[in-house]
Amino acid sequence: MARAAIPGRLDWRVATVVDVRTETARARTLTLEVPDWPGHTAGQHVDVRLVAEDGYQAQRSYSIASAPEESSVALMIERLDDAEVSPYLCDVLRVGDGLEVRGPIGGYFVWDVAQSGPLFLVAGGSGIVPLMAMLRHHARAAESTRAQAPAKLLYSARSWDDVIYREELERLADSPYVDVTLALTRDAPADWSGHRRRIDRAMLEETCWPASRTPRIFVCGPTPLVESAASLLVALGHDPVRVRTERFGPTG
Amino acid sequence: MADTPFIARGFHGRRPAPGVRLPPGQYETRDFPVLSAGPTPRVSLATWDFTICDDAGHSKRWSWDDLQALPHDRPTVDIHCVTKWSKFGTHWEGVSVDTLLDGARAAGVSDGQFVLAFSDGGYTTNLPIADVTGGKAWIAFGYDGAPLAPEHGGPVRLLVPHLYFWKSAKWVRGLRILDRDERGFWEKLGYHDRGDPWREQRYQGD
Repeated sequence: MARAAIPGRLDWRVATVVDVRTETARARTLTLEVPDWPGHTAGQHVDVRLVAEDGYQAQRSYSIASAPEESSVALMIERLDDAEVSPYLCDVLRVGDGLEVRGPIGGYFVWDVAQSGPLFLVAGGSGIVPLMAMLRHHARAAESTRAQAPAKLLYSARSWDDVIYREELERLADSPYVDVTLALTRDAPADWSGHRRRIDRAMLEETCWPASRTPRIFVCGPTPLVESAASLLVALGHDPVRVRTERFGPTG
Repeated sequence: MADTPFIARGFHGRRPAPGVRLPPGQYETRDFPVLSAGPTPRVSLATWDFTICDDAGHSKRWSWDDLQALPHDRPTVDIHCVTKWSKFGTHWEGVSVDTLLDGARAAGVSDGQFVLAFSDGGYTTNLPIADVTGGKAWIAFGYDGAPLAPEHGGPVRLLVPHLYFWKSAKWVRGLRILDRDERGFWEKLGYHDRGDPWREQRYQGD
């Protein structure tokens, strides 16, 4: 018997995979139609539950990559070898399959373009995902709204081929209100003129708005990157309460 | 549960090793992941203190040296993060919350049914008093034989291992004793007021 949804309760919903897209050699996007999806704010995540035939279950959390304005929900999955869940989501799950999700979850690492003022995003690796939802949300706003909320992204990836959403980021950066800076830490094309090192103080100082402009700052990536970037931003004068962090590496 | 579980086509999963007890939806990790909502606060032990207070204006304060002078426990416990990882057999050093509450009571701080832990950086979390008494909770400053690292909540974090780990407030500076439950940082954003991993109380309504 169907159970009525309890207000304020996060029920599991069986979403349908409607699209699968390869992003990089190790990452793919699942686009889901979620029945009665209540909508989300950029930066939130969902829980995914996989139940095996014998009732065994596994759960993981994935950030939402799509803008709140989109009707479907996109999740980006980075495949980890020898892991329990990500190989299933990357290799086994296909268009038409069902997938249990509940959400949206999290109300702190979130941003809405209506909160005008400069936005500074720092991403490491797959930490780009919730920040991409913010940029996609930004891109859908009216020109005048966007002008009030100029955005800058500093994105660190191992190599050119590891830059997730590369072409879309190039398109987004065509806007006068979006600035994208890449840092390639391990391997860069021969003609690469951008940064070839990890995010450091000089790079943050050069890329971020001055503290006097009180940007809203979101940092997401592996723990060492987040610890370092957040501490450096505080040292550069940014109020710690304006620096919001989410630490995640790949999830098995 | 009334729901019929939806079986994920072709999902087999990995069962925990025999004898390993994991709460529902959790998986074991050998790492010690870091999750915090903001930058790691840096504090000086010379000015650090820990306070237990009530809403009637009574309070008891301990300096770092006062805390170190209290009897230490060395609990070995399993911990469970709401982001799905669990870590078995973690070694801590700290002072039992029972000891601190005894000290607060002796200083005139009222009893209550709930506590709101508060931390440097503005973090808070709410707990029933019954979950931090009876030898179940510590004010921890040592991890694995060394001082607790700042990114894991050092110099001092609350340790309430039988609840999801967001209740074990990092950088904790005190407890407010309350008669009525008052939601903390994540609880206001939809996370559960109690957070028992064995009952999978992740979010409000679970």
